[in-house]
Amino acid sequence: MQKGKKIIAIGERDGVPGPVIAECLEGAGYEVVFQATECFV
Amino acid sequence: MNFENQGVIKRLADQYGPENLAVVLGNGEANGVEVFAETVTQGDPSYAGPLAGVALKIPVYHVLEEEVIAAVPDQLREEKLQLSALVIDVEPMHSVLQAARDKI
Repeated sequence: MQKGKKIIAIGERDGVPGPVIAECLEGAGYEVVFQATECFV
Repeated sequence: MNFENQGVIKRLADQYGPENLAVVLGNGEANGVEVFAETVTQGDPSYAGPLAGVALKIPVYHVLEEEVIAAVPDQLREEKLQLSALVIDVEPMHSVLQAARDKI
């Protein structure tokens, strides 16, 4: 994934939640501009 | 993708330019990934949400795809993603998302 992209993290409750994606991508040096966790019930 | 998130993505695309954004998903199953990918590349396929008819062409990835997870520092990857990587089958999602990225 190209460096410098601003990240929109859309996680899933039964997969990888949004805050975890955000933390991992920030650790990788990306700027996360939005994170959410969707829920399919 | 729910309408609230579609609205936020539309606003962020206006603010930063869609060419500067990437969407990273965390879905647990392949079901739904194609709809998510289509929504942020070609527009909401249900034609009901804020992204109906709006082709943002934002590249879309899954957090467990090699293109993403390889950039995550080792310790963070082990703590936060290792368990998910054992239970989530990312390969079918990779095929769908790669195809969506190729169409951009």
